[in-house]
Amino acid sequence: MITPKINGDVIKKYLNEGKRFDGRGFDEFREIIIEPNVSKKAEGSARVKIGKTEVIVGIKMDIGTPYPDSMDKGNLITSAEILPMSSDRIELGKPGFESIEIGRITDRVLRESGFIDFKGLCIKEGEKVWNLYVDIYSINDDGNLLDAAGIGAVAALKWARMPKYDEETGKADYHEHRDELPLDENVPISLTFHKVGDHFIIDPNREEEDFSETRITLGSKKGIISSIQKGESHQVSVEDFGKVLDRMEVVWKEVLKSIEKQIEKNKK
Amino acid sequence: MTTKKSETKSSGKFERPDGRKVNELRPIWAKVGVVPNADGSAIYASGDTIAIAAVYGPKQMHPQHSQNPEKGTLRCTYLMNSFSVNERIKPGPNRRSMEISKITEWALEPVLMLKDFPSQVIDVHINIIQADAGTRCAGINAASMALAHAGVPMKSLVTSVSAGKLDKTLVIDLDKEEEDFEEGEGPTDIPLSFTGDGKITHMQLDGKISPAQLKEAVEMARESAKEIHKIQVKALKDSVEGDKK
Amino acid sequence: MTHDERKIAIPGEVIIKGKEFLPGEGTTKQGEEIIAQRFGLIEESERIVKVIPLSGVYIPRRGNVVIGKVEMITFNGWVINIGASDNGFLSLMEVPRFVNKDALDEVMDIGDIVIAKIWNINKRGIDLSLKLKGLGRVDEGLIVKINSNKVPRVIGKEGSMINLIKDNTNCNITVGQNGFVLIEGQNVDDELLAKKAIQFIEEKSYIHGLTEEVERFFKENGGKK
Repeated sequence: MITPKINGDVIKKYLNEGKRFDGRGFDEFREIIIEPNVSKKAEGSARVKIGKTEVIVGIKMDIGTPYPDSMDKGNLITSAEILPMSSDRIELGKPGFESIEIGRITDRVLRESGFIDFKGLCIKEGEKVWNLYVDIYSINDDGNLLDAAGIGAVAALKWARMPKYDEETGKADYHEHRDELPLDENVPISLTFHKVGDHFIIDPNREEEDFSETRITLGSKKGIISSIQKGESHQVSVEDFGKVLDRMEVVWKEVLKSIEKQIEKNKK
Repeated sequence: MTTKKSETKSSGKFERPDGRKVNELRPIWAKVGVVPNADGSAIYASGDTIAIAAVYGPKQMHPQHSQNPEKGTLRCTYLMNSFSVNERIKPGPNRRSMEISKITEWALEPVLMLKDFPSQVIDVHINIIQADAGTRCAGINAASMALAHAGVPMKSLVTSVSAGKLDKTLVIDLDKEEEDFEEGEGPTDIPLSFTGDGKITHMQLDGKISPAQLKEAVEMARESAKEIHKIQVKALKDSVEGDKK
Repeated sequence: MTHDERKIAIPGEVIIKGKEFLPGEGTTKQGEEIIAQRFGLIEESERIVKVIPLSGVYIPRRGNVVIGKVEMITFNGWVINIGASDNGFLSLMEVPRFVNKDALDEVMDIGDIVIAKIWNINKRGIDLSLKLKGLGRVDEGLIVKINSNKVPRVIGKEGSMINLIKDNTNCNITVGQNGFVLIEGQNVDDELLAKKAIQFIEEKSYIHGLTEEVERFFKENGGKK
């Protein structure tokens, strides 16, 4: 059931007092846990838990042909599926817009940040390149699937090992995994600020997200912003946006620390 | 790439690729209560095959015209993750997943008392995270635990296992390597599901087998199902003990 | 069977054998065996064997006070979601004041929270009423959702647990049998303390000495008693 409006009134009242229900600060994430090896058959995979929200991301690779306007670059294909098991609100049927948006926002965070060296995924210019698939699945939705997806994608890519390219068959050989992906050592992060009542908060749980009137997702790497998506329909003043940017610079440092620590811990 | 072949030694004794005895199950791991939002949920792993199931319901069925005024509806969705196998599966439902969704409904329905829930629906969602054969069986086992965990009235649990034949030898719980077995008569794969008192609610077969051997295979499967049932029961009981800590 | 010995029932398992036992809720009798048909705790009293659910959706009963949300307004009443497999219906005849047939939404609109009593359940559905003190639309407060099977623990024997929470938080608390709880306090901090306490009880509902645990919880978390 969608959270009752009277709860929303209390949430907003509490925010006016500078507080959140679970005692977090406006810029504080719930505990982030990142685990590797969700699936042995993936080239790389990660399970991300932010509080009770859980998302799994898998990397698969195969051989493809380059796009005409990037003959020496591999291809990135990002998809997301909000599984019906993750909440009681999902209608069965085609992937909803939310799934599509998570896929596209995560794609932008990965692509625009320069995190992936696409030229490093080229096998034979104009003919054969690696296709890099990032597939995101939500297992439990307790708010902020967006940022969980971004964290999962980055961790899975960092932990991934490329299959071998079999010259004879022209296909990928999944029996041998050796090389890491050609990635920048700095990881991109996606951070979404949500406007609830008169305030912007980060990492809303489901109750808070139900009263999010608009959100801004910022993709950044080493402090440089490379992608933005503003979602939902309320308006934001330029001054408020400036304040969000100021806060972002502090938040991403904290989140980055937590993510990098866990990625390093699980590097083979 | 060649499939490692298991050998029928000159002594006539058959050896499985992973060294298991013919009626030996792969190591099983099961846990209940893994999806906090769901009314019931469970994870079931058999060897390298891992399935998660989540249950929502009984609840109102939408759209209204799909409601059955005589009895409730069981709706199962089975989906393999794109990265659960070596060759990526394009995300989204496909013919195979739709067939297995239906098979799963048929396997579970006999133990549910749907007449007590007219116009309502019980949704069961199964997701295969890692696949090494026996995915539909793992899915049914996880779903059965999730339904019980959700407090859905059931006559008994449902337990699923695959029996099979490799060349001439009957075996239990085929893994992927065995499914690709090439020697002699090749592989025969027989996934089966049983109620708590040993009645068959689901059966499929791919391969070649005589009626006599088939009877024997079904018996072997029924015995193995009892072992799996014990593990399902323990997982359910542990989910309560766990809270006591 | 004492509380200590309460065992877990699994669907299909034989709970007990004997001519004298009778099958209660969640069980069936085959020959002399009482067989469980639900996952839950086994309870026996006066020869009747029951399985008390630990989990699962709310099963509505006549007389239950529930807290729900208005989903739809029809020409003669309101359809209310009470978190059960069926929605409840509140007829305008069951509201203790005059209701203008053309202005139902002024009394209660879609999305409003309401405390109601189930006065009848039949094949057609669940009938709700507001004709009692304490029932009606809720305009303020905090709603907490717990599993309906844990409600008895939150209320406690003769209300002992719920009174413990009220005294320690200065909040007025209405517990719906359907697992929805309304908390009304002097300030948000008190309301959140009550919410935390209720969720604590939900998590620890199986342990013995729960009352002592809750008293300790309040001591450590700023209870007012």
